[in-house]
Parts: sequence; C-alpha cells; structure tokens
Amino acid sequence: MDFLNALVALSNFVLVPAIAYGSQLALGALGVTLIYGILRFSNFAHGDTMAFGAMIAVLVTWGLQAAGVSFGPLPTALLALPFAILGCIVLVLITDRLVYRFYREQKAKPVILVIVSMGVMFIMNGLVRFIIGPDDQRFSDGARFIVSARDFKAMTGLREGLAIKTSQGITVIVAVVAVALLFWFLNKTRTGKSMRAYSDNEDLALLSGINPERVVMITWIIVAALATTAGVLYGLDKSFKPFVYFQLLLPIFASAIVGGLGNPIGAIAGGFIIAFSEVTITYAWKKVLTYVAPESLEPSGLVQFLSTDYKFAVSFVILLIVLLFKPTGLFKGKAV
Amino acid sequence: MIVVEDVHKHFGGFHAVDGASLEIQKGSITGLIGPNGAGKTTLFNVIAGVLPPTSGRVFMGDEDITGLPPHELFHKGLLRTFQIAHEFSSMSCRENLMMVPGAQSGESLWNTWFGRKRIADEERALKAKADEVLEFLTIEHLADHKAGQVSGGQKKLLELGRTMMVDAKIVFLDEVGAGVNRTLLMTIADTILRLNKERGYTFVVIEHDMDFIGKICDPVICMAEGKVLAEGTLDEIKANDHVIEAYLGTGLKNKDKLEAGA
Repeated sequence: MDFLNALVALSNFVLVPAIAYGSQLALGALGVTLIYGILRFSNFAHGDTMAFGAMIAVLVTWGLQAAGVSFGPLPTALLALPFAILGCIVLVLITDRLVYRFYREQKAKPVILVIVSMGVMFIMNGLVRFIIGPDDQRFSDGARFIVSARDFKAMTGLREGLAIKTSQGITVIVAVVAVALLFWFLNKTRTGKSMRAYSDNEDLALLSGINPERVVMITWIIVAALATTAGVLYGLDKSFKPFVYFQLLLPIFASAIVGGLGNPIGAIAGGFIIAFSEVTITYAWKKVLTYVAPESLEPSGLVQFLSTDYKFAVSFVILLIVLLFKPTGLFKGKAV
Repeated sequence: MIVVEDVHKHFGGFHAVDGASLEIQKGSITGLIGPNGAGKTTLFNVIAGVLPPTSGRVFMGDEDITGLPPHELFHKGLLRTFQIAHEFSSMSCRENLMMVPGAQSGESLWNTWFGRKRIADEERALKAKADEVLEFLTIEHLADHKAGQVSGGQKKLLELGRTMMVDAKIVFLDEVGAGVNRTLLMTIADTILRLNKERGYTFVVIEHDMDFIGKICDPVICMAEGKVLAEGTLDEIKANDHVIEAYLGTGLKNKDKLEAGA
C-alpha cells in the first residue's frame, strides 16, 4: 500500500490532464452558451471558429519565430494570441454581416439558424484547410515542462513522477483569467448587463432601448476571443490539426448542454464534468490500483473501462442522462 | 402626437387590423377598448415597431415612424408595456429599472475600461432614481428581490416604473389591469393620472375594466374587427349603437336595465 505514489500517479495521469482539458472545454462551451443565450441558436460552426483562430495564431507564431522573436520559456503563441483574436473577430463579424444578419431580419427559427451554422461550419472548415492544409502542425516552443517527471522523482524520491507541461499550466491560468474577465464583464458593466437583459427577455430589452445589433456584435466579439483562446490552448496542449476541432465540437456541446445552455457557470461546470468523465473512464487504472490495493488483489488487467477511442461516446452518455432527467441542464439553462 | 393612417396588418388571410385610423392628442389619456380579437394589441405592436404594418403609416408629430425598430422608438420617447408583464427575471427589481435608460457611458466599450469614474457617478444617480421610482410605486421593499419572483400586480407596477426611468413622451399600456386586484388597480390608475399631470406623459391604455377606463380615460376609442368604430367620452361610446352592437352588446343593456331596475 503506497498511498503517496498512488496519489502522484493519479495526479499525473488523471487530475492534471483533466483539469487542462476541462479548461479548454469550458472556454469552448462558454462561446457556445453565449451564442445560444443571445442569438438563440446552437452554433455548429464554433469548433471551426476555434480552428480558424488557432490557425492565425499558428501562422503568426511562425512569423514571429522566423523574425527571431521569442517569449522566453513561454510559448511564442501567447504573443500571437492577440493577433489571432483580432483576425477571428474580423471573420465572425463578416460572417454575421453576410449570413446570420439576413436570417435575423427574417426572424428565422432557431432550427434554420442551426442548419445555416452547419453551412458556415463547412465553409470555415474548408477555409482553414485551404490556408494551412489538413495536416498536423507544431507551433509550441519554449520550455516543455514546468515540472518534469524526472525532476519530480529526484526532488521527492518517489517512484512515480509528476509532470506538468507548460501548456497545461498556461491553459489553466489563461482560462481562469478569461473566465474572470468574462464574468466581470457580464455582471458589472453596462454592456454586459444589456447582454444579460437581452438574453433574459428579448422583447422587453428592445422596448427598453437596447440596440439588438450592438448586443449581437459584442457577443460575437467575445465569442471569437473565447474560441480563439480555447483553440490556441488546445493546439498548444495537443497539436494543431484542423479536423480535431471539428471533433471537439461534440464534447463542447455536451459540456454546454450538461451545464445548461445559456448559462455561463453551467458551461464551465459542464466542461469539467465532461473532461473528468472522459479521462477517468478511459484511463487504465492498473498503476494507481497497484499502489493502493493489497498485493493479493493487484489487478492483472489494465482496468480500463473503455478504450480512448470511445471517449466521445462518454460525453454523449452523460449528455443523454442529463437530458433525460434534467432537460434544462444541471445549472438551469434554457430548455433545448 | 400620434397619427395612425389607414393601418392594415394581415396575418395570411386574417386581417387583424383592417384599415384603422386614429389620432392621439398630446397630454391625453386615451382609452382603447373593443372586444377580444378587435386588433387592439396588434395595432399597439404596429405602432411600437414590433410588427411592420402590411400597409398604412404611423406618424409621431410630423415624423414618419412607420416600421422603426422598438429600440429607436424608445429613444424618441415612445414606450409600451405588455399585456403579460415582462421582466428581466434574473435581475433585482432595482436592476430592472436601472436597465432602462439607454445611451449611458457604460455602454461604450472604451468607457468600460477607461471611464470608470464617470460610469460610477452615473450608476449612483441611476440607483437613486430607481429607488425614487420604487418609492413612488410603493414597492421600495422589493428593490433587492429578483423581479421573476414578485407578484403579477407588482410586475405591472414595475412595468409602469420602467416608463418613469426616462422622460417618456407617450406610453402605451396594454391591459395594465389584467390579473391585478382592485386596490392595486386603483393605485395604478392614480399613478397614471399623476404621471399625466406632473410629467405630462401621454397615455394610450387598452383595458377591459370600464370603471378604470371611466376614471382615467378621455377620450375613449372603440375598435372592432380591426377597424375604429367610434371615438368620444366613455358615456358617448356607451350610447353609440354600433358599439353596443359590436362589443358592449346585450351585456351592457342588461346592466343598464339592472341598474334602472335597482
């Protein structure tokens, strides 16, 4: 029985990756939930919006690296992030102007907007692959680890190592900052309150003199910033591949719906719920159990509930359960 | 103040408003009555910019306001309330009122970051004003309650309070009395009269309660089947044969008989 080693192994393989992944999902789900709350449709193009933002970050990062600019131990991509956000804002505002605004003026039903967003998704997806290609792109640089497994072992003398990647640390810090800014904005500023008012009761908001086009524009700006941030963090942590963001759409929607669509707190909670379930269910627990269980009970198999191939299935099972028993999500969003 | 010229609003083959023309005098409290389905609320929606008219014009003063979106009309001083009270349910009553005045410094993203002091001053003034309004409406004890949780009648008062947060010129009230008890209804009537006298608001009121109409409205316009049937004081309207036929019908005749009999 070696509780300490078990704990370290658990942190290394489950807690740390799940927290980082959960932060990325939460940022993505916040964008989905804001669009749902304000524009009242499920934006299927969100994954590819993330891909587009991340793509600009990759391109700018390469440019900066070529120019010899670096950010010390931190990845250069962080310097590129503001440019990527700007680029992404331009893209979504143009899309809104050319596509969504037309349907808004028609007062199109949400179902139609969902299908429209699918069209936008395919176009953005094509655009990203056209510009950067469908392959994996590496753009992370700087120090790879905050704490490496070897240093950790040397430091503590434990058999198990705990590695924290720089990208994981940055993900959590950036996510916390972004969420704090968002909540401050929504709760404390006049514009944020207008957004909440518009989400709460559109008719009344209009008749209170709130300009809907302005609220919509600011929503897109915030969503583009969140999507780009999420996309870049995910790309730094794993790697950048356009198609991966499309797949990421599934757990992101699951997070937003599990938390309650239209509810920002729900989106964050949903992100972590989905991330932790995916990681814990697809992790091979043999190592941790070997330390905790008495010798005679040591598992011989991997003790992995599902292969990692099924990780998206996990999000869907959770989604189904929540929709069956609590259709408005755990944090009382709007009914889907 | 408001001139409605031959407004039509058709929903497919159904003519909800079918050539309504009317004029609302500045400083008046005009009652709009008519049987259910007469097109009163639809006409309100057309005037307030919620629905575009099929044909016809709406003027405010000399200005053509046909089809302007609600938030622009709001800035021109045209406000409305809803048949079923609307509120921002997740905000407190005070915040609901503070939402109203548009064009504050805090609206600009620039000021959000760099004009903190100006915003703080404005917010303070707004808060004072909201508290004043709540006191006027005798619901100051609800200031910090979530608006979604107060009673229906209190929501109606809150709707009225919303019009007091800005200098409204004309306010359209859609069935302020629906679902409100008699005592509160009279409080609302008094509030309307006071706002009319003290602040010079023009009101247009849809209401089914004739006592309420009789107490505050002059003139009264009666609509039926999408058209304006008659206009005049409530007594004139009550005496108008067309109106009696279309709306007040046998009910009122019986009531008169009953009253005569008693």
